[in-house]
Amino acid sequence: MATVEISADFELVYKRPESLTEAYTHYCPGCTHGVAHRLIAEVLDELNVRERTVGIAPVGCAVLAYDYLNVDMAEASHGRAPAMATGIKRVSPDKVVFTYQGDGDLAAIGTAEIVHAANRGELITTVFINNAVYGMTGGQMAPTTLPGQVTTSSPTGRDVETAGFPIRMAELLGILPGAVYVTRQALFDVPGIRKAKKAIKLAFQAQLEGLGFSMVELLSTCNVNWHMQPAEAMEWAKEHMVAYYPLGDTKMIDAVRAIQERK
Amino acid sequence: MAKELLEGNRAIAEAAIRAGVEAFFGYPITPQSEILERLSKRLPEEGRAFLQAESELASINMVYGAACAGARVMTSSSSPGISLMQEGFSYIACSEVPAVVVNVMRGGPGLGNIQPAQGDYFQAVKMAGHGDFHAIVLAPANVQEAIDCVVLAFDLAEKYRTIGMVVLDGAIGQMMEPVELPPMRPVRPPEERPDWALTGAKGRDTRTITSLYLGGENLERTNLRLQAKLQEIAANEVRWKEYSADGEHRIDDAELLLVAFGSVGRICQTVVREARAEDIKAGLLRPLTLWPFPSARLAELAQQARIILVAEMNAGQMVEDVRLAVGERCPVRFHGRMGGVIPLPDEILGVLKKVGNDTVSGGGD
Repeated sequence: MATVEISADFELVYKRPESLTEAYTHYCPGCTHGVAHRLIAEVLDELNVRERTVGIAPVGCAVLAYDYLNVDMAEASHGRAPAMATGIKRVSPDKVVFTYQGDGDLAAIGTAEIVHAANRGELITTVFINNAVYGMTGGQMAPTTLPGQVTTSSPTGRDVETAGFPIRMAELLGILPGAVYVTRQALFDVPGIRKAKKAIKLAFQAQLEGLGFSMVELLSTCNVNWHMQPAEAMEWAKEHMVAYYPLGDTKMIDAVRAIQERK
Repeated sequence: MAKELLEGNRAIAEAAIRAGVEAFFGYPITPQSEILERLSKRLPEEGRAFLQAESELASINMVYGAACAGARVMTSSSSPGISLMQEGFSYIACSEVPAVVVNVMRGGPGLGNIQPAQGDYFQAVKMAGHGDFHAIVLAPANVQEAIDCVVLAFDLAEKYRTIGMVVLDGAIGQMMEPVELPPMRPVRPPEERPDWALTGAKGRDTRTITSLYLGGENLERTNLRLQAKLQEIAANEVRWKEYSADGEHRIDDAELLLVAFGSVGRICQTVVREARAEDIKAGLLRPLTLWPFPSARLAELAQQARIILVAEMNAGQMVEDVRLAVGERCPVRFHGRMGGVIPLPDEILGVLKKVGNDTVSGGGD
């Protein structure tokens, strides 16, 4: 990668976080995975925990997340990231452990693993990318696909009579006593991205203080599989996804609120 | 050290503690639950990790995670639970991290029953999961051997960075015998975890543990590396025992050769003793490693044996490996019981005499 000498007269206001590698991502133009990766990397830098972090990459488009996040990482089988994270954390309690999972991974094949990790109050943090579709396998219906949404495996639109309703995971996990901080944010515009970063930071802080399980659900786009232009996908998501998946915290215990209010 | 009376499952748990296991993740299933129960008490006492998972699928992936972190880790289950774990076995083998798995086999297929059986031979030896790999499979025939095999499984799993699997049947798991436990090994401190483990990239490059190799040639290189490792294991780690009359000794004079593993192998020790008392030149080869299999020794013995009888508590699984090893050198017959029925010594002796007479009177294979 080409480097540019920066004059000492300039103030550096924006740079690549140390927790991100210099690799170019393979993500499609318009995809929000890159944004989510960067937010995690900034948070790990700010909390100064990069050197004691172990991440779990998912099956799906982010399967190569370990090429982009500059931390030790393992690659889980589909849905099992919370179980792997549990195994790591239980034998390495001083490490900061997180999973990065998509909707098919977390809300379908790995439902048992995420529910029980949350319920145990496992000291891990989950970043949950909800883009309402199976991205890497080519755009099939996900557990979070909206009613009526057309996918390659719901060609006439998701019929809730036969396919059931989209699952609101943040609400579902929020009721579990082991979960201390569960929130849903969206990566559809700059204010939303800023809020998402604060949420990710708080989720990691909850882990660092030993409070319990934390998860940040990030509403995301998959413009390619939605067959939309990137900007159009953002607008569609704001209108339709947020209507079904309301933004905000579904769980915040007082000790987490105290961290948030701390300056 | 004085011997103590221990049940198989509890002995396995204690052997794991002595071998320095740092974490156990498991799920209850008969007839192995005593391993989990014992460790739920013992591991916290020792300041080590124990977790009862939500399923066998979760258990094995917790094991996978802890193994990636460089900890000495194990799980145990019984046949239906092992089926659920096969996804994890495949990932662990491809990722080349060490883990120990104990399968206290029960009757199958399906829910089957909770009686002792050996129906998981194929699963353990031939296809522990998708893709090309083998676990190292150890098959003890008594409680002392179960203890020794657990310790050995940890050592082999770490030496070769793969799965060390101990398969026994419910009879050994539930049986009490006088045994000697190994000395307590010190637990490896976290700062001495292996140089491939995920410990946080402090002052070094990051590490990744994955079983994903995109591109045909990329994965094939990995396959070739894994296969080379399996060949090394096959060359160095074959173990078996031979019996003629009382005790163990060479069986090069055996005309009627029994081959059996686990509980049936132990029963066949009695068969051989009884046969020798009747001046029948019988011998027993009991594989201790089911993979790698003692094929070379069998091929050697087949030169002078008149007939080989394989006895198993299944419909005939290991017998296929015996036939592969022996080829045309010697006829191979099979006697099996299923459903959790344990064959008795007299029953096997009767079959042995019959197949022996058949070959004398010219009966073919």
